[in-house]
Amino acid sequence: MQNRSLWFWLFLTPVILGLGIVVVIPFVYGFIFSFTNWNGLVATEFLGFQNYINLFQEDEFMNSIVFTVQFAVVTVILLNIFGLGLALIVTRNIKTNNLLRTVFFMPNLIGGLILGFIWQFIFVSVFGDIGNMFGIEGMQGWLSTTNTGFWGLVILTAWQMAGYIMIIYIAYLENIPKDLIEAAKIDGANGLQRFKNVTFPLVAPAFTVSMFLTLSMAFKIYDQNLSLTNGGPFNSTQMVAMEIVRTAFSDNQMAYAQSKAVIFFLIVAVIALTQVYYNKKREVEM
Amino acid sequence: MKKNKEKRNLISIEVLGIVLGLLWISPFYLMIVNAFKSKRDIFEGVLGIPETFQFQNFVQAFIDLEFLKSLFNSVLITGLSIFFIIIFSSMAGYALARNKSKLSGIMFFIFVAAMLIPFQSVMIPLVSLFGMVDMLNAGGLIFMYLGFGCSLSIFLYHGAMTGVSRTMDEAAIIDGANRLQLFWYIIFPLLKPISVTVGILNVIWIWNDYLLPSLVLSESNATIPLKMFYFFGQYTKQWHLALAGLTIAIIPVIIGYFFAQRQIIKGVSEGAVK
Repeated sequence: MQNRSLWFWLFLTPVILGLGIVVVIPFVYGFIFSFTNWNGLVATEFLGFQNYINLFQEDEFMNSIVFTVQFAVVTVILLNIFGLGLALIVTRNIKTNNLLRTVFFMPNLIGGLILGFIWQFIFVSVFGDIGNMFGIEGMQGWLSTTNTGFWGLVILTAWQMAGYIMIIYIAYLENIPKDLIEAAKIDGANGLQRFKNVTFPLVAPAFTVSMFLTLSMAFKIYDQNLSLTNGGPFNSTQMVAMEIVRTAFSDNQMAYAQSKAVIFFLIVAVIALTQVYYNKKREVEM
Repeated sequence: MKKNKEKRNLISIEVLGIVLGLLWISPFYLMIVNAFKSKRDIFEGVLGIPETFQFQNFVQAFIDLEFLKSLFNSVLITGLSIFFIIIFSSMAGYALARNKSKLSGIMFFIFVAAMLIPFQSVMIPLVSLFGMVDMLNAGGLIFMYLGFGCSLSIFLYHGAMTGVSRTMDEAAIIDGANRLQLFWYIIFPLLKPISVTVGILNVIWIWNDYLLPSLVLSESNATIPLKMFYFFGQYTKQWHLALAGLTIAIIPVIIGYFFAQRQIIKGVSEGAVK
């Protein structure tokens, strides 16, 4: 028995140290210091909930939350439409289906920072040129207003991650028994009816999975935000993650930034726990 | 009649797919053609192919990115991080799956629950603590990646262990192997498929990570994304050079994708659906 628990701890020590030092201790440490005037090195005063009261009264932070929520809602809807649409195309018996999967998935492998820079060129120069050629006013000056910055971020994210969501839908679509579709065909169901009554109910679980996945991805976006709009114009396209980084490392208000980080954690955790709850409920039903 | 209609349907779906596919890669087309243009060419039009191919854009971007050095840093940091994540997470997943005690269950729960914590929620104290002990360097970064990467990896290994029979363990122990030998020579090879998945999932985010290296590494140790950020800042409004740099930065990923696309798509699919 003694021997048995010895190897158990031996095998776990590296990851306990890793997770403990990198995640658990900083998490607890940060939570405690968010109630003080900590400057990153020392804290001299206990402030109670003052940091938390301040952050709810700060326009910039609240704006970033509103912007992030709007962004997340629009992106989640588009990502699931594109993801499912692409999956439906590449699971058909067409010659190019492997090549197309490769193409649609490719942007996921490249970092958001680099993709954001590429799209900066597209929105500013390419859109500008096309707008000139066809005399479309609306294609000029992208990323220079809050609205075009918002849609720029949405387009970039939808383009980048749709292939990832496609992969999830493919996994579910390919699990649908072929004879179910055949049976529906024999019964005289047309394509739309087959999709509505056979395919869709069977991929519904994929919908829950990818909805929550995209929601938490959309909330945590930083790199794309930095490289595409850099929060501009006037910080109006700044998302929560970027707001926290700036408060900490540009404004040097460590304790205050950490209180924002705690709120950020609560939002992300609630999203994730809701998903766990739904999954459990579904498993019971099945 | 009906067969014909179905065939026509399939063709129109294929055409739609190809059009979308072209649309999907058009950003890369635009990046590459304009990376070959002179500044003047870009000013005159961004859609067409260049009049003369300016290879010197790439030469200058390659030099200014200190590309070989950044590539070396990226490979070293990603490679070592993956190595430690795979070794230590597989050991932990094995130990947690074999030990059915209550404590083991609690530990597993903590590792999984830690996935809920977003990076930004620990980043400030993390950087502060590592700064205090003078560990804001490549070694510290690799250790941080172990901490952030181990949760999902342990979860995947733990799941895969259900397919490895306990009789393996017993047979090896009777033959006189100790736990480390048993794990290394018998269990770890059986976990190879999941090791590939774990490796791929972690490579994708660590290779592309920008924020953490930007807080930890000095410019002289910069990885590709970090160096790209400095480089881009240097060449705003000089798109021909910026795009050449971006093209160079993407090349290693494209090469990797070309050789391992099957495993990559499979790995991502497994990681996401679980």
